[in-house]
Amino acid sequence: MSTTTNYHAGPDAVSAKTSRYRRVSKGRGNFELWSWVFMRASGVLLLVLVFGHLFVNLMLGEGIHGVDFAFVAGKWASPFWQTWDMLMLWLAELHGFNGVRTIINDYTEKDRTRWILKGLLVASALLVLVLGTLVIFTFDPCLDPSSTLSVCTAR
Amino acid sequence: MTATVEEKTEGKVGAVPTFTVTIRVARYNPEADTEPHFEDYQVTAHATDRVLDALHQIKWEQDGSLSFRRSCAHGVCGSDAMRINGKNRLACKTLIKDVNPDKPITVEAIKGLPLEKDLIVDMEPFFDAYREVMPFLVTTGNEPTRERIQSQKDRDRFDDTTKCILCAACTTSCPVFWNDGQYFGPAAIVNAHRFIFDSRDEGGSQRLEILNDKEGVWRCRTTFNCTDACPRGIQVTQAIQEVKRALLTSRF
Repeated sequence: MSTTTNYHAGPDAVSAKTSRYRRVSKGRGNFELWSWVFMRASGVLLLVLVFGHLFVNLMLGEGIHGVDFAFVAGKWASPFWQTWDMLMLWLAELHGFNGVRTIINDYTEKDRTRWILKGLLVASALLVLVLGTLVIFTFDPCLDPSSTLSVCTAR
Repeated sequence: MTATVEEKTEGKVGAVPTFTVTIRVARYNPEADTEPHFEDYQVTAHATDRVLDALHQIKWEQDGSLSFRRSCAHGVCGSDAMRINGKNRLACKTLIKDVNPDKPITVEAIKGLPLEKDLIVDMEPFFDAYREVMPFLVTTGNEPTRERIQSQKDRDRFDDTTKCILCAACTTSCPVFWNDGQYFGPAAIVNAHRFIFDSRDEGGSQRLEILNDKEGVWRCRTTFNCTDACPRGIQVTQAIQEVKRALLTSRF
């Protein structure tokens, strides 16, 4: 619904080609809708996942004193905890990614700054996601053959 | 009331007490200044005077070069929205005694729209966004020979958003709009809401799609600045959230 308007305004007004008010957006599509839904849904899920994680690691058994290399290896030997931790990693990272993306959109004024910051954001998110997922599925506490950990020497 | 006016013209202290108040106006002359600066004016005001009366006194008696918009001066036309003591209000609906006349009262142009002179901004970007949401009745089929009948309940559904006078107080109080001139802004969404929830209108889904834009309702951060600023008391943030909900329920 664009209408041609006869503008009688100064050089920084809408008539100027570079005006930040010139309505250019044809950003139709449901991306922002889904990102809005994702923020709420992942937020609720993360509440369960994170507090479940904290409870299991810090309250059950020996509590915080029981957390060591072997404890982590034991947890990740089970597909249940692998799935739990991977879900937590992905949801938390994407939730944070989306939040920071929103903040960048809200606060940057120049397109250049916006793209640089978003580039850094995407790079860091990819790094965390790839590295994190890799560790969850390939974690081996005895990778070092001279390891003195009880879980390795017992073998 | 007449008595008050007579006393005012004679400059006597009558039943309504007078006091001196400093009005600190943001002045900007595009031909001479690079950016706005504040200038102080001493004004003798009655307790019944509005900020608009003080501005009139400045323009008519002290400095004729002061520029501001006003038309009806009774809170209906929506011409004189300005930032008074840091809050967007209509100068014609704000009594001086209500904005602490003990200290200088700052009066600035509304933020986020291109400043043209003193308190006048270019409203075109605001109206461009307004036009884009199709603020008119959309129907199909034959026109009825009589009125389009609507139940009281259906009318009440969108009653709140019919009150908008397009003064731009809400849109120019929105921090998202300050930084991003592309955001539709509360006023455009309020006026889309007025038709989306009108049972006689058939363009609702089109308007919802327009507001599903990346510069649409999803940019709202629910800071409630718009609701605070609205001189008509419209629950602006609620209207925006209702549009969001309508978009979601149209998907699920």
